[in-house]
Amino acid sequence: MRNSWLRDALVTGLVALLLFAPMTGVALSGYTLEGHWQRPLWLALGVVIGRLGLGWLWQRRQGAPASSSGRGWSAWIDAHRPQLIGAALAVAFVLPWFIGKYWLNVAILAWIYVLLALGLNIVVGLAGLLDLGFVAFYAVGAYGYALGFKYLDLSFWTALPAGALLAGCFGVMLGFPVLRMHGDYLAIVTLGFGEIIRLVLNNWMSFTGGPNGVRVPFPSLFGLEFGRRAGPGHVTFHEYFNLPYSNEYRDIFFYLLLLVVVSGMVFVVRRLRRMPLGRNWEALREDEIACRSLGIQPVSVKLSAFGLGAMTGGLGGVFFAASQGFVNPTSFTFMESAHILAMVILGGMGSTGGVIVAAVVLTVLPEMLRDFAEYRGLLFGCAMVAMMVWRPRGLMGMRRALFHRSGVAE
Amino acid sequence: MNFHILVQQTVNGLVLGSVYGLIAVGYTMVYGIIGMINFAHGDVYMIAAYLTAIFLAALTALGIHSPPVVMILVLLLTMACTALYGWSVERIAYRPLRHSTRLAPLISAIGMSLILQNYVRLSQGARNQGTPTFLDGHLRLLEDGPDHFVQITHAQILIVVMAVIGMGLLWYLIQGTAMGRACRAVQQDRIMAALLGVDTDRIISIVFILGAAMAAVAGTLVTFNYGSFDFFIGFVTGIKAFTAAVLGGIGSLPGAMLGGIILGLAESIFSGFVNTDYKDVFAFSLLVVVLIFRPSGLLGRPEVEKV
Repeated sequence: MRNSWLRDALVTGLVALLLFAPMTGVALSGYTLEGHWQRPLWLALGVVIGRLGLGWLWQRRQGAPASSSGRGWSAWIDAHRPQLIGAALAVAFVLPWFIGKYWLNVAILAWIYVLLALGLNIVVGLAGLLDLGFVAFYAVGAYGYALGFKYLDLSFWTALPAGALLAGCFGVMLGFPVLRMHGDYLAIVTLGFGEIIRLVLNNWMSFTGGPNGVRVPFPSLFGLEFGRRAGPGHVTFHEYFNLPYSNEYRDIFFYLLLLVVVSGMVFVVRRLRRMPLGRNWEALREDEIACRSLGIQPVSVKLSAFGLGAMTGGLGGVFFAASQGFVNPTSFTFMESAHILAMVILGGMGSTGGVIVAAVVLTVLPEMLRDFAEYRGLLFGCAMVAMMVWRPRGLMGMRRALFHRSGVAE
Repeated sequence: MNFHILVQQTVNGLVLGSVYGLIAVGYTMVYGIIGMINFAHGDVYMIAAYLTAIFLAALTALGIHSPPVVMILVLLLTMACTALYGWSVERIAYRPLRHSTRLAPLISAIGMSLILQNYVRLSQGARNQGTPTFLDGHLRLLEDGPDHFVQITHAQILIVVMAVIGMGLLWYLIQGTAMGRACRAVQQDRIMAALLGVDTDRIISIVFILGAAMAAVAGTLVTFNYGSFDFFIGFVTGIKAFTAAVLGGIGSLPGAMLGGIILGLAESIFSGFVNTDYKDVFAFSLLVVVLIFRPSGLLGRPEVEKV
């Protein structure tokens, strides 16, 4: 037994050495090479040790009975759910007064990602439609506000519903022909759609400004502006309340507004999941043929999920545009879609709480580990593969306790 | 309409189409056999481009300068090394998911694509890389005046010739050998093939190796021709090659080549006569339209979903 592991590990190491040697052992520099001979050796050594460790783990797992650790933990969470949610919400609401300006902006970005991840979670997690072009709806929302302001003089408060509706319309327009398709094809078509939107935004210079982007104004609170000086006919927030000027009010206001929208979204999703529509989404994800034979209309059910996800994406886009004060197409690449998808997958497809935690962690962690920013894409990729191999249902897992609460099944 | 531009764009389109076809083969074979989109395949092509430049520089440093020898050695080394990458990708990211949910392999493939891109970016740097011009020289056809000619470079001829040879060899491997028969059997019915003694895991590995080797041919030839690449080229080229595979009918080898050539011609005539900025938009729109109206492609069979 022991010998075969060792042989396995050595063969793996040899393959790793062959893979790593040309790519990491030398680096192209102009038309010549510079050597980094130690890199492939270290990497291969790491692979051998990893292989040995995995072999050891597998053997232990086969010997021991399936452990039930973690069961108690999740039961505790289940029992204290309302208190936990209340505490988290309270912390989230008082947070902006205690963190500095820099972290406040990070927190705003984190909540925008939570909103996006919640939207994608409806499509991927609940309805099981792999959407690789989610960023398109995000872009529609952001550009909807930016161009709406530029050409139609829309304010933030009009753009918020308008951007969401516009993105929803795009979702339905794309979804209608596409949703009859086989799952993998759907993924590729949405990917193509996402790229089309980005390329059009990038190339249509006269309308969107191309790579130069568009300037976006900040929202106002009941007509009160947050700038140092108000525009003609307006009053600023700090003058109205007789406060000294500080642009922190503006960020705190934005943070709280975003938090209210996200909380509303969480509430809506939680309610939807218990309604027939939400049940239909999940049923369709599990088995489309069975659903069809029970009289569920796959296309309209999928379309509702797709449209709702797109609307949430659009909402996130409007917030993103307003928080940045500027949009350009580089914010809407495929990497962004993959990033949001990674949040949904790591949080556990379908689990609202897990997705929120994953979105916050995946936004805040890279800010804390600035030195490792280089490795972010690599780690995301590794995490996606590892999750699919070991925990395809996500780190937090999905809860299926749907019936025992109403006392029907138990 | 300018006749010379039309002929020139047709030539360019054929060359581009051969490249798409070579990459599309990898998508179509994998899809045919395990029904998944190997999203990392475009990045395998990108790795082949880097390996080509690395081996070229290494051989030059070793003092081997004769163009045919260098070319053949670089091609063989790149094919071998890229095939190893293809095999490893399957072994790490797809084989453990053989019996998982429907979306799992695709998500894992996206993860793998991110890994490969960032791996190359971290080890080779993010900047655009290049190789020295390796094959220069060209032919001029239909020449009548200083600005009126159709130019075909030797590298372009090489691409088309090598694509034909590569496809011919692959066709022979699949249609004429025992291994190819096993591949076709697994494609038709994996469980039945396994019951009849075909080692399906081995066959799936072979398919990934063949697909990666064909992508390596494309990567090497494109690098010889254009001599410029970065770590992100796999994404757009990969999607276009996938479009070619779908256009020709996914699962069909001649379909992949046909789809590649049609897409290459359409794209280069579009950029010659309509607009270069929107050529990618055109290719992606073509993908969306084909998938909506004819998902089984030109030579494919419609898929029936069974319980």
